[in-house]
This record gives sequence, structure tokens and C-alpha cells, in this order.
Amino acid sequence: MAGALSSLAFGSVGGSAFERRAATRDPAWVKWLILGLSLSFFAIFILLPLIAVFVEALRKGWGTYITALSEPDALAAVRLTLIAAAIAVPLNLIFGVSAAWAIAKYQFRGKNALTTLIDLPFSVSPVVAGLVFVLVFGAQGWFGSWLGDHNIRIIFAVPGIVLATIFVTFPFVARELIPLMESQGREEEEAAIVLGASGLQTFWRVTLPNIKWGLLYGVILCNARAMGEFGAVSVVSGHIRGQTNTLPLHVEIVYNEYNFAAAFAVASLLALLALFTLILKTIIEVRAASQVAKA
Amino acid sequence: MSIAVKNIEKSFGSFRALDNVSLEFPTGKLVALLGPSGCGKTTLLRIIAGLEFADGGQVMLDGENASDRNVRERQVGFVFQHYALFRHMTVFENVAFGLRVRKRRDRRPEADIRKRVNELLELVQLAWLRDHVPAQLSGGQRQRIALARALAVDPRVLLLDEPFGALDAKVRKELRRWLRKLHEDLHISSIFVTHDQEEAMEVADEIVVMNQGRVEQIGKPADVYDRPATPFVYGFLGAANVFEGQVEGSDLRVGEDLLPLGGKEAPDGATFKAFSRPHEIEIEPDSRDSLGVKARINRILNVGGMARVELSGTQGRNGSTATHLYEVELPREQLGTMSLEEGQIVRLHAPRLALFPSAPPGTVQ
Amino acid sequence: MAAAASRRVLPGFGLTLGYTVGYLSLIVLIPLSAALIKTFSLSWEHFWQIVTAPRVVASYKLSFGTSLLAAAINSVFGLMLAWSLVRYSFPGKRIIDALVDLPFALPTAVAGIALTAIYAGNGWIGQFTEPLGLKIAFTPIGILIALVFIGLPFVVRTVQPVLQDLEAEYEEAAASLGANRWQTFTRVVFPLLLPALLTGFALAFARAVGEYGSVIFIAGNLPMISEITPLIIITKLEQYDYVGATAVATVMLFVSFALLLVINGLQAWTSRRMGRAR
Repeated sequence: MAGALSSLAFGSVGGSAFERRAATRDPAWVKWLILGLSLSFFAIFILLPLIAVFVEALRKGWGTYITALSEPDALAAVRLTLIAAAIAVPLNLIFGVSAAWAIAKYQFRGKNALTTLIDLPFSVSPVVAGLVFVLVFGAQGWFGSWLGDHNIRIIFAVPGIVLATIFVTFPFVARELIPLMESQGREEEEAAIVLGASGLQTFWRVTLPNIKWGLLYGVILCNARAMGEFGAVSVVSGHIRGQTNTLPLHVEIVYNEYNFAAAFAVASLLALLALFTLILKTIIEVRAASQVAKA
Repeated sequence: MSIAVKNIEKSFGSFRALDNVSLEFPTGKLVALLGPSGCGKTTLLRIIAGLEFADGGQVMLDGENASDRNVRERQVGFVFQHYALFRHMTVFENVAFGLRVRKRRDRRPEADIRKRVNELLELVQLAWLRDHVPAQLSGGQRQRIALARALAVDPRVLLLDEPFGALDAKVRKELRRWLRKLHEDLHISSIFVTHDQEEAMEVADEIVVMNQGRVEQIGKPADVYDRPATPFVYGFLGAANVFEGQVEGSDLRVGEDLLPLGGKEAPDGATFKAFSRPHEIEIEPDSRDSLGVKARINRILNVGGMARVELSGTQGRNGSTATHLYEVELPREQLGTMSLEEGQIVRLHAPRLALFPSAPPGTVQ
Repeated sequence: MAAAASRRVLPGFGLTLGYTVGYLSLIVLIPLSAALIKTFSLSWEHFWQIVTAPRVVASYKLSFGTSLLAAAINSVFGLMLAWSLVRYSFPGKRIIDALVDLPFALPTAVAGIALTAIYAGNGWIGQFTEPLGLKIAFTPIGILIALVFIGLPFVVRTVQPVLQDLEAEYEEAAASLGANRWQTFTRVVFPLLLPALLTGFALAFARAVGEYGSVIFIAGNLPMISEITPLIIITKLEQYDYVGATAVATVMLFVSFALLLVINGLQAWTSRRMGRAR
């Protein structure tokens, strides 16, 4: 559903031009009412939870905070989270570029159906996403006995976590690139081909520079989701401390042990990642907007 | 290089874009593919370039069947309607692109590439824009850079898709002359697509008029204008007055009136559409005259070198009459001597008529 | 097909489409079909019995009810927030605009424990509401709050660009024809925004129905009262009831499919309404 984002990705923040025109200027009381309501709503529902994470994390002081982050299980969780993202993001990046090239640059039958299917993982509950991998690779699943015979563990092990992560982050890059590449059309690529460029040369020299911001945008969102996914990973993980726990799962375990300060300390790490993601995203939006404005 | 297409067919779904098109383009000439939007002209151009593939027929380049040859191998220069300049590259890099993407063994040394690009930028008179990016250029400048980029690869043929379509009127006029001159200097076989008949007349050595996926007429601009082969060509190339009726002796029966055919032979009783340009029509102020088509003057525009008179009359008979509008152009001095007034009923004569057979009046067309 | 592919001008069609379809099948389609195939091994009666068990039905009511309500709340406040961000200038606007996406970027588990810390009986807000008799965390209200949190960006981010593209001329035309500000909004602006607003609503709803991470911490997870459908699946899995879990998952999958089609239709409607031909 990040597809909804794509249309916005390259729009700039609106100005107050509307306030200067008589016909679009709202009466002052309306303006303050709407601003008051929407910003209070924003403060309570978005800002407050964000602040709560950091305040709760530091409630017992920096010592506890540092300890919570440096205990071996937490570090193992960091490592696993990084591994899962490091596999899932590049795979989905390659897929996204490939899908966007096929869908945006050519006409073929079934294109709409394909585009819809790519969106599917967004609307599937993460829990269901995890479940289907259990059905395929779990002990009772399709390949369960074969995998068991060969001593390969996928479910309740790292491969399952990686698979679930790939599934839930599947559409991010594709959904950013498809509308972007569609809007850019085929002319520049055709021009390159007429001038004698090969397919790869055309992609590297013409297409890629044009989509780099959209690509980066998709990668960042994909990465944030990959590192933060909880439901799907939870189903396939098995929750073995220090082995099959990602950061979000580690948060849950520590939290359920009533070690709230430690749970929030780890959570604050993820919240920082989220903030970092939002900052990068904003920078990219500004860059992309200025690129569009120049063109 | 000589270019020919033979029996080209192309459909998009159920829409027939090109219907058995065969053409030969003379070497070294500048040819216009002229027609209304949707007539298939751009599709034909793209098929010649190799950007589109025909469902049937052949593209011959230098007598060789190039139908299956990849666009990269055809050595064509193509100027896109919206120029398709690479927006992230400077003007220089855009022009150099075709030289840089060659295989290493065919690629010229960097110094040669720079020299060639600079030559081309001089040729299009935009060397000073070398380090700008396309977004900083005006439409006319982009157009010329797109041309320089296409020429950089030494194409055997130059194809231009609506080269002036995206420009405003004044720039368009300048660029037309410039393109004409450039062609005279380079003499590279060129085909351009346009929907603007004036543009085609002014720039091209030859015009190919197309309509609904078919070629209507081929010829030099003056020939096509003066001797249109079909009613479509007549109507498309300039303003036209149409009289429809049945031949009666040496006249055409238009509604209640008789229009002399001016010595043109036509079989008695046959139904014709007769075309005449605004400047070829004469106004007879005395409506009591027995010959000529009756019309009422709606408006007299007396501005510029020629005065224009707009009139309306009725055509058809037996209850199926319809109001027709006419347009007449005449020198202003002549208008002054005639003392015409708005609202006046006059008769129209057309000494130069182009006759095309048509279905009898009353049948649905 | 081979002939057609070789006649395309830009190279790579066969390769990229093949890879796309292959990867899609491997990662998404085949695993999802596993759930369907497993379900087909059940008799219809058995399936029906599982998916209509009272505890499961109670979870549907809870999940769909709170999701609908959360999406509705987000539609109202999301529209206002989008309006504020597009139409007004105020200090901190850029930051707020960026932070609207926080629920996308913040891992759901983090959101879950943060909301619990705020609304639990001893929490930041909970300690004031509980003496008044309003228990938020560990009740359906808590679930609602979590779903509002995760759904907000969907509404804002679908309405905002449409609002941005809305030329001032429409409103000036309405005003020049004598409409007052309220009439202009209800008769001109709102109908133009409606497709996007509905899309945002549907997206927020779809996300909320499947949501797990942010809800389970605050929900309390009492059977029949505060147990959401995804949790039922987890519970059944933990009891090694794969058949039961899969049956319920299949119901959810069908809901997802249906919502996906609705959302696609709404998006097509939005782009038609905005004159952006696809």
C-alpha cells in the first residue's frame, strides 16, 4: 500500500498560496479550528507515542539503557535484523526494477492483473504471510519431511525469517518505480537505442539516472519495513533468544518479562531507525522535487 | 540513401493504423508525411526507423530489406516529437551519447568525439549552451540539440516526428526556414511528419498526404495544392468551398441554382462534389442573374492584403436542404468597387472547379 | 510469443517479465496457494464449523468493527490534517509533514508497547482516565487507538496529493458564481476529494484488519472480548492446530483480495476524476 505514497513522493509541501487568494481563504475561525483539531490529533496519536518510547527507555537512566543494548541477546537480534534486511532489500530491489521495466516500458496482456498481484503482500495480514511459509516449509508442510530428512531448517530458523521479510517487503520498490517509469515514458530509452546504445547501456546511462530518487525512496521504505516487521517474522521465528530473534521480537520478549526499561531501550533503537528513515525520505523528496522542477 | 516501404500493414487492436502503404522516398530529398492526427503518419515513420514493427510488408533501405533489422543497425537519425533529450545530461553529453555508446573497437578517441560534438553544436549554432542541461533550454533550442544529437551518429537518413509541433508560432516559423537551409547544406535523405499543411508546403521537396492509414496523394507541394487527387486532399490543404449537385449540361445543379462548370466535361445526371478555393470564387452582386449559386453575405472582413467575405446559402432539394457556408477572398481594391453590404443576396461563380464524383444527394454517407 | 518478444524495440522484455512473474510466483503466489490448498483438504462443514466458531466470530466482529471505526476516525482527522498541511502555513509544518509517515516507518511492536505505556492504568494518560471509569488499554478502545495510529498516514497520503493538485480556479469559479465557502467545499471540493478519501479509508481499513504487532500489546487478548482475528491464527498455530489456523487465514485472505480489488477500483476512479489518464 506504499503505492499510495508514490503519487506523493514527488510532490512538494503545499504553500500558503491558497491563503493569499480570496476565494480559497478560509475564515480565520475555521482555519484555527481545523488547525487546532488536526494538530491536537497529530500530537496525541503520533507525537506522544514517539516521545513515550524515548522517555520510557531512559526512565531508569543511561546505565540501564546501555546495558539493555549491549547484552548479547540484543546484539544477536541486531545482527539477525541486519542480515534479514541485507538479503531481503537487494532481492526486492532487483525484482522491483525488473518488474517496473517490464510493466512501465511495454504493453502486454495481463499487465493490470500482474500489477495488482504485486500489491498483494500489502493487503495480506502479516500473520497470514508467516503462516503460509509454515505451511510450505514447516514440519507438517509440503516440504517438511524432505527438509527434515536433509536436516535443513527453514521455519523457526533464519531462512524462514528472511523469507517472511522478503514477502512483506515485496512490493515496496516496484510500487515506487512503476508509476514513476510510466510517467517518464519510453522516448528517452528509444532515443538511446536509435543512437546505438545497447539495452544495458540504455538502462545504466539513461533509465537509472532518471529513476534514482524513486529507487532510493523505495529502498528506504523497504528497509524500514524489513527491519521493523513483527507479525510475519513472529510466526516463523520460534522465538529462540539469541538465535532467531530479530530486534522487534527481542522487544516483545523483554517486554513480556516485564523488563520495560530494557524493552523500550531496544525499541528506541528502532524508533531512531524510523526517524532516520523519515529524514532520508524527506531529503529525497526535496531532491526529487527539485529534479522535477528543473525538468 | 533510398528508402522505400512496400505493402506496410499495421493494426493496434481493431484499429488499422496503416493499410497497405507503399511508398518510395527519393534520395537526398526532404519529404513531408502530412495528414490529420491518427492518419498513421507517425506510425509509418516509427516503422521506417525500426521503433515499431509492421504486421506485414517490407521496409527497404538502399534496396535492401531491412524489415527485420534492429533499430540500432539501421543507422537512422530520429528526432522525437518532445525531443527526448536525456534530462540528466548536459547538452554536450546528449550530443556525444551516440558516439560514446559504441563498442570499444568502433569508438573514436575522446578528442575526436569532442571535436565532432563541437562541430555539430556550431552547426546548430548553440555551442554556447554546451554545459547546460535540457531543462534550461527553450523549446527551439531543445529541438536543435535533438537534431544535432541525431546527426552525431552520421545517420543515413533523418526522421523527424512533428519537429515543430511543440513550439510556438514564431519560433516554429524561424526553425522551419533553418531546417530547410540545413537540409540544403547536408542533403541527407529526410522524412518529417506534420499535421500542418503550411509547414509541409514551405519546407518539403515532396509531400505525402495520408488519411486513415492510406496514402492519398504524393507530389511536389505546388502539384498537391493545385491538383488535389481526392476531396480529402483538397479539403486538407487549404480552405475550400464545396458545392454538391447533379450535372445538367454544362452546369451543376446546386439546390435551386445552376453553377456553370467553366468548360469542365462531366456526364449528364452524375452527382459531383465541386471544390473551389476562396480566392477562386467570384461574387456577382446582382442576384437576379440566372446563373451562379445564391448566397447571403453574413460578414465582410476588410483587414490585411485580402478582404474576406463570409456567406451562407442552401444546398440540396426536395426538403433535404441544408445551410452551407462559403468563404470568398478578393483584393481589397476590388471589394471597394463592388459596394457589397452585409445582408445582401448575391450569386457566386466558380470558374476553377475541382470535380469529384460523390454519392447522389439524399443517400447517407 | 517468442516472435512478438523479439519484435520489441527496447530489449529485455522477456527477461524482466519472466523474472518478475517467476519471483512473484515463488515468493507470493505459491506460498499463498498453500493456504488455499490446505483449506481445500477440509470438508465444507468442517471449514464452516471452524470459521464460525463463536470465539472466531467474536474476533471478526472486533477486528472489522474496530477497523471500520478507526478508518472512519482517520478519514475525518486525516482530511483535516491533509487540509492543514496543504492549505495553511504554520511553524513546524515541514516536520509534521514528515512525521505523518511515522506509523509506516515505526516498527509495529514499538508502537504497541509505546501506546500501552501511554494508555495502561498507570500510564501517561491511562492514570487520568481510569479513575473516571474509562479503561483504555486491554479493552477494545485500546485496539481502536492502535488501529487509528497505524492507519492515519494512509488517509493523509492519499488525500494530500489530490488536494495539492486541486487548482484554486475551481473554488474561484464557485465563488464567482455566488457560492459561499461552505457551499464551495461541500459541492465542489469535497466531491473532487471523495474518491481519494474513500481510497484512503479502504487502505487504512485493509491495513487495520490484518494488523497484529501494534495491537497485541494493548489489546489484553481476552477471548470473546479483545481477541483480534490475526491473534486467533497465532493461537491456533501455537496449539499446532494448522488446519484451524489455515481456515481462518483463508477467510482473511479472501477479505484481503476483496479489499485489494476495491482499492484498485477506487484508485482508478481517483485518477479518472483527477484527469490523470493511466
